[in-house]
Amino acid sequence: MATFGVLALLIALALAAYNLIAGTVALRLLATGQPARISPERLADTARRAGIAGFIAVSGAAFALVWSVFANDFSIAYIMEHSNRALPAPYKFAALWSGQEGSLLLWAWLLGAYGFVLRLRHHTDVKLYAYAGAILAAVQVFFLAIVNFAAPPFALTQGAIPEDGFGLNALLQYPEMVIHPPMLYLGYVGFSVPFAFALAALMMRYPGEKWIKITRVWTLTTWLFLTCGIFLGMHWAYAVLGWGGYWGWDPVENASFMPWLTGTAFMHSVMMQEKKGMMKSWNVWLIFCTFLLTLLGTLLTRAGLVSSVHAFAQSSIGTWFVVFMGIVLAVCIFTYILQRSHLKAEHQLESLVSRESSFLFNNLVLLTACFVILWGTLFPVLSEYVQGSKVTVGAPFYNRVAVPIGLFLLFLTGVGPLLPWRATSLRAIRRNFILPTVALWATVIVCIAVGVRPWSASPDGGFDTGSFYALIGFALSAAVFTAIVSEFLRGAAVIAKQTRRNLLSSIYQLTRRNTRRYGGYFIHIGVVIVVVGLSGAAFNKSVEKELALHDKMSVGPYTLECVGFTQDSNPNYNSEFAMLDVYSGGKKQFQMTPEKRVYLASQQPQTMVAVHSVPGWDLYVVYEGTNPDTDQPIIKAFLNPLVGWLWAGVVLIVLGTIVALVPSLKPLTAATKVPVLRTAPADPVLHPTDQKRSAGTPVMKGGD
Amino acid sequence: MPTSLGSTFWERALQAGTLAIVVCFTMGASDAGLRFNDLGHRLMCTCGCAQLLGECNHVGCTESGRERAELSAAIASGLSDKEILDSFARKYGATVLAAPSTQGFNLVAWIAPFAVFLAALLGTILLVRHWSVGRTQPSETHTPEMDALRERIRRETDAADGGF
Repeated sequence: MATFGVLALLIALALAAYNLIAGTVALRLLATGQPARISPERLADTARRAGIAGFIAVSGAAFALVWSVFANDFSIAYIMEHSNRALPAPYKFAALWSGQEGSLLLWAWLLGAYGFVLRLRHHTDVKLYAYAGAILAAVQVFFLAIVNFAAPPFALTQGAIPEDGFGLNALLQYPEMVIHPPMLYLGYVGFSVPFAFALAALMMRYPGEKWIKITRVWTLTTWLFLTCGIFLGMHWAYAVLGWGGYWGWDPVENASFMPWLTGTAFMHSVMMQEKKGMMKSWNVWLIFCTFLLTLLGTLLTRAGLVSSVHAFAQSSIGTWFVVFMGIVLAVCIFTYILQRSHLKAEHQLESLVSRESSFLFNNLVLLTACFVILWGTLFPVLSEYVQGSKVTVGAPFYNRVAVPIGLFLLFLTGVGPLLPWRATSLRAIRRNFILPTVALWATVIVCIAVGVRPWSASPDGGFDTGSFYALIGFALSAAVFTAIVSEFLRGAAVIAKQTRRNLLSSIYQLTRRNTRRYGGYFIHIGVVIVVVGLSGAAFNKSVEKELALHDKMSVGPYTLECVGFTQDSNPNYNSEFAMLDVYSGGKKQFQMTPEKRVYLASQQPQTMVAVHSVPGWDLYVVYEGTNPDTDQPIIKAFLNPLVGWLWAGVVLIVLGTIVALVPSLKPLTAATKVPVLRTAPADPVLHPTDQKRSAGTPVMKGGD
Repeated sequence: MPTSLGSTFWERALQAGTLAIVVCFTMGASDAGLRFNDLGHRLMCTCGCAQLLGECNHVGCTESGRERAELSAAIASGLSDKEILDSFARKYGATVLAAPSTQGFNLVAWIAPFAVFLAALLGTILLVRHWSVGRTQPSETHTPEMDALRERIRRETDAADGGF
C-alpha cells in the first residue's frame, strides 16, 4: 500500500502541475489571441480534466493511508507513530490527521475535493472557472510538493518493524477529535476557493460583481465549517483538558480564529460591493489576507514557529510555507497593482451614520481584533529577534486587550442593522434605538439587583474587571437582542398586515423572502447568546480537595460526597475513576464519575471530565489523580455559569448560516384578473375549444 | 432645549464610561488568597505545557506543584506583586510571565494594538467625512418629510430589498 500511496501522490502532483501549466497557457492564448496548434478551449478543458483526475489520485493516496492504518501496517513510519493495534476504529480513521504528514495530505485531499466540485460546475462561467481552477492548481502543486518531498506520509520505518505502534496521542482519543480537525481543515482549505475566484476576477478584469454571487455559497459554507471547527475545538478543550475553561488563547487557537475574523469581515463588506459597488479593493485584500492567514495558521500548527499546546515539533516545512506565502503575497500585490483601475468604487459613503459606515466600522473592529491576535501570537518571535529573548503572550494580555474590542464589536452588531442605507436623521436614530436602549439599562439594573456589582465583586470588596466586562456583555447582549427582535417584528407586522397571516407565520414568511438578511440576524442572535455564555466565565468558582471515602466538598449549591473509587481496563487503556454522589437542597440529585486514563501504547495519562449541565451553570468535576504523599484522590470541582449558552448560541449560528444559504423565495405576486376587449374571431374559424379559450379572461402574473 | 439636554447626557455617559474603564484597569488585588489566584494567572507553568500556573492541572506535572509552593511562600514573606514576578522572571526567564511587562521593548506589545485601533478609527472617520463633504448632496434629503418617506419605503420594502 505504501508504494501505491507514493505513486498516487506523484501522479497527483504531475496532474496538478499539468493543470496549472496547461491552464495558464490556454488562458494566455485566449487573452492574446495568438494562433496555436491546439485550440486554447481544448487545452483549457484538458487542464480542467487533469484537475478532476488529480482529485481521484489524491483520494487514492488518502485511501492508502487509511487502509494502512486499519491494516496495522507499521512498516509505514507514520502509522507506527500514530496508531496501535488496540486503537478503536474511529480513532484509526482520525490517525489520518493526527500527525503532520497526514494532516498535510488531508489539506491536499480537501483542496482536491473543493477543486473537483468547482471544475464540475464550470458551465456557470467557463473562463472565470478556468482562471480559478488554474489558481487552485497552483496551491495544490505546493501542498502536493510538500507531501511528496518534505513531509511524506508513506515514508518507511527505519530498522526493524515493531509488533505494535506507539498509539494515538491521548488528547486526541475523544469523539469530537474525529470531527473537529476535518471541520477546521474544511474551513481553512475552503477559503482557497473565494481566494481563487477573487484573484481570477482581478486577473481577467471580470466585469460586474457576479463572481461574488458565485462565491457567496462557497464563502458561507467555508465560514460555517470554520465556525463549527473552532467551537468543536473549544468543546473538546472544555471536556478533555480539564482546566475548566474552553479558550486559552493558545497560538493554534489564535491561528484558527484569525481567518475567521477576516472571513467574517469579508462576508459583511462584500455586501457593500454587491449593493453599492463600493469597497472593491478592500474586499479583494480581505480575501487575500484570509487565505494568507489560513496558510499562516497551518504554518503555526505544523512548523513549531511558536510554542503551543497543539503545535508539532520544529520541522523543515516552515521554510516551504514562508516561501509559498511570499510568492502568494507577491502575486497578489503584482496583480492588484496591474489591475487596480478595475477596482474603482462606483459610489462613496454619504454619511458617518449609515448602514454603509457601520459595515466599515464593523470591518475596522474585526480587523483590529485580528491584528491584536496576530500581534500577540507573533510578538514572542519579534521579541526574540529584537531583544534576544522570548516573552510569553498569554491569556492576561488578550483578556485585557481583546475583550474591550469584542464588546465594541457586539455594540456594532446591534447598531448596524438599525441604520438605513445612505444616511439617516437624528429622529430616525432615536426611534430605532429607544427600545434597545431601554433593554440595555433595564438589564444593567436587573444585573445589579441580582448581585453583578463590579465595584465590590472581588473578595476584598474591590473592583472586579471580569464582573465589569460581564455586566457590559449582558447589557449589550440584551440591547442587541432587542434590536434584532424588533427588526423581525417590524418586518413581520408589514407582512401580517398585507397577507392577514399570524405573527409566527409572518416571521417565517419574512425569513423565507430574504433568507440572507434574516439568516444573518439569526447568526447575530447566536453571537449574542455566545457572548452571554462567555460573560458567565467571570463568575466561575472552583474548589480542590483530597477526598477520602465519604468525604464531602461543596461548590455553589452542590455538595459532592465520595462514595467510591474504582478501576477498569481494556486493551487500549487503564482507567480509574471516582464515584461522587451530588446533593443539592439536602437531597441526592445524581452521580458523577470523573475519570483518569492511562493509554497503554503511549503511556500517556488523560483526564475525562464529568460535566452536569443545566441552563444556569455547569458542574464540572475533574479527577486529578492521587496525592503521592497521602495516596488520597484529588478532586477539583468547578461551577461554571452559563457555559450551556455558549453551545446553544453556536447551534443558532449554524442554523442561521444554513438559513442564509437557502435561496430566498421570489417576491409574492398576486394573480390579477385584467379585463380585455373581446376581439373579432380570426379567419379561418378557430376550433371550438380554442375559441372558448380566446374568449376567456387571461390571467396575468406579475413579474419578478 | 432637548438637544442640549441630550448632549449633556451623552457627555456625562461618556465621562462615566471613560472613568469606569480607567478604574477597571487600575484596580488590583490585595488579599493573600486572591493574590495567589491573581499571580497564579499571571505566571506560566514552566514544564512546557503552555498553561497558566494557576490552571496547570495535567497529570504528572513536575513543575507546577513546586512553583505554586514557591508562590505561596513568596506571598507569605510579604513581597510585593512586582517583586514576586521579578523573582520568578529572574529564576525561570522572562517566558514565565504570562504577559509581557510594561518596560522597554515589551511596552510596544501593549501600545501597538490600541495605537493601530485608534489610527484606523481616526483614518476611517476622516475618510468618511472627506467623502461626505466632497458630495453635493442636496440638504433636502434630510428633511423630516423625506425621513418619514424613506422610513415608510424602507418598512414596506424591508422584506424584499436584499438589505442584509
